[in-house]
Amino acid sequence: MTPNTVAIVGAAETTEMGRIPDAAQIQLHADAALNALADAGLTAADIDGIATAGESPTNLAHYLGIVPTWVDGTAVGGCSFMLHVRHAAAAINEGLASTILITHGESGRSRVGTGRWGMSMASLNGQFELPYGPMGPPTLFTIPWLRYAKTYGATSEDLANVAVIQREWAGRNPRASFRDPLTVDEVLEARMIAWPFTKLLCCLVTDGGGALVLTSADRARDFPRPLVYVLGTGESVETPMVSQMEDFTTSRAFRVAGSRAFAEAGITHADVDHVMIYDAFAHLPIFGLEDLGFVGRGEAPAFIRERRTAIGGDLPLNTNGGGLSYMHSGMYGMYALQESVRQLRGTAPAQVEGAEISVAHGVGGMFAASGTVVLSNRAP
Amino acid sequence: MADPRRPVPEPTPETAHFWEGTRAGELRLQRCAACATTYFPPRPFCPACSSRDVEVVVASGRATLYSYVIHHRDAPGFTAPYAIAVVELAEGPRMMSNIVDCPQTPEALELDMELEVTFDPLTDEITLPLFRPVGVAR
Repeated sequence: MTPNTVAIVGAAETTEMGRIPDAAQIQLHADAALNALADAGLTAADIDGIATAGESPTNLAHYLGIVPTWVDGTAVGGCSFMLHVRHAAAAINEGLASTILITHGESGRSRVGTGRWGMSMASLNGQFELPYGPMGPPTLFTIPWLRYAKTYGATSEDLANVAVIQREWAGRNPRASFRDPLTVDEVLEARMIAWPFTKLLCCLVTDGGGALVLTSADRARDFPRPLVYVLGTGESVETPMVSQMEDFTTSRAFRVAGSRAFAEAGITHADVDHVMIYDAFAHLPIFGLEDLGFVGRGEAPAFIRERRTAIGGDLPLNTNGGGLSYMHSGMYGMYALQESVRQLRGTAPAQVEGAEISVAHGVGGMFAASGTVVLSNRAP
Repeated sequence: MADPRRPVPEPTPETAHFWEGTRAGELRLQRCAACATTYFPPRPFCPACSSRDVEVVVASGRATLYSYVIHHRDAPGFTAPYAIAVVELAEGPRMMSNIVDCPQTPEALELDMELEVTFDPLTDEITLPLFRPVGVAR
């Protein structure tokens, strides 16, 4: 896409966050959507394009009363919303729709009105991974880490530093699920889930949602909120089976999505003021920093240890507290995008002073998919 | 005999040779006649070059331990702690499996340790390929 041709003019999360037992999943989509529409000064009647994952776009359009001329149901896991932003920008530039709503809602904790989990035992995952005892992401997403650790001499303390520093950011965020300071020892001594990953190295499981409204930059100037422009985007997928990743020390999907987004945006890493890297588990920011090119291979643990991503550091990372401390409904990518928008509007609880360019990087499945979005508040 | 509460794979026409192989005590991979890539999981064409000219080959059964986690909670058919491992076969492809005849501890499970396949019946139809340290008596 051409940078600065599309802008985010509405952005909001669900009214409540954390434990929401009195709302079905589709209502979490709707609550976030209504908040984002109000943020943009619009109603559903103004929306002519819709994208979502986790619910069908048909369900959502009917529930909200939207008559779309453009529909995107791309569902590749937690980064789907980054892909929706990319697709929406292309659709707006092509004239397929003028005002696009992207929603996420997930009753991840309360499981109200959700579908059943499950994978066919005839799928490749069913035949060649599930018989060996994995029980969801904590036992699959984590498998590559030991190979990374042996290759680069990384340790469990390196993982714990990620959780400790993100908790410091969460301490500044009143909406964060966990805000009390943590120590490395507390992280490493927490209940073991899948060695070497303790509970505090794994994301939360909560309820919530978020929504975005996008339109062309030309129309965006008429909207009430500070504008956030889409500078560049990237997307890719690799494999549904973590055991079949090309390399356990780096994600191909991360590299493809990230390099494309940076190239489209026409920026260098030194231009980036703020970054969000989807942290379902503590090793993901380490992979993300390296695969996006902020540091070289094997250098992220030292970069984090030196507090470069912490409060006062030169690359503030996961400033809402991340999936480890803020919230994680299951498909967290939307919350990374929301925090990037807040930072560029100057409304984040832990505001990075003068932030002009933010990168939101998402993952789907177990390193299966990826989407990267580069945003800016600089007028074109 | 593997614990019958484990999830049971459902073979498809494209994977039948693999499961027939494990039942017969063979670890069957596929090799592309056009580009010589040996690959897994099964499919009737080469994922490297798209050729349909592929053949089934029997692997040596030798592997090394590539990466793993040790799950600390029981699961259907598994008693914690148990390792969920990815092994790298001598022929190149990697596959998920379990490491048997070995303590399920970080000390015993060393990355790159030498392994060999062993076949563990789960049902009349399905036999799982598991791996054990080379040189360990059963």
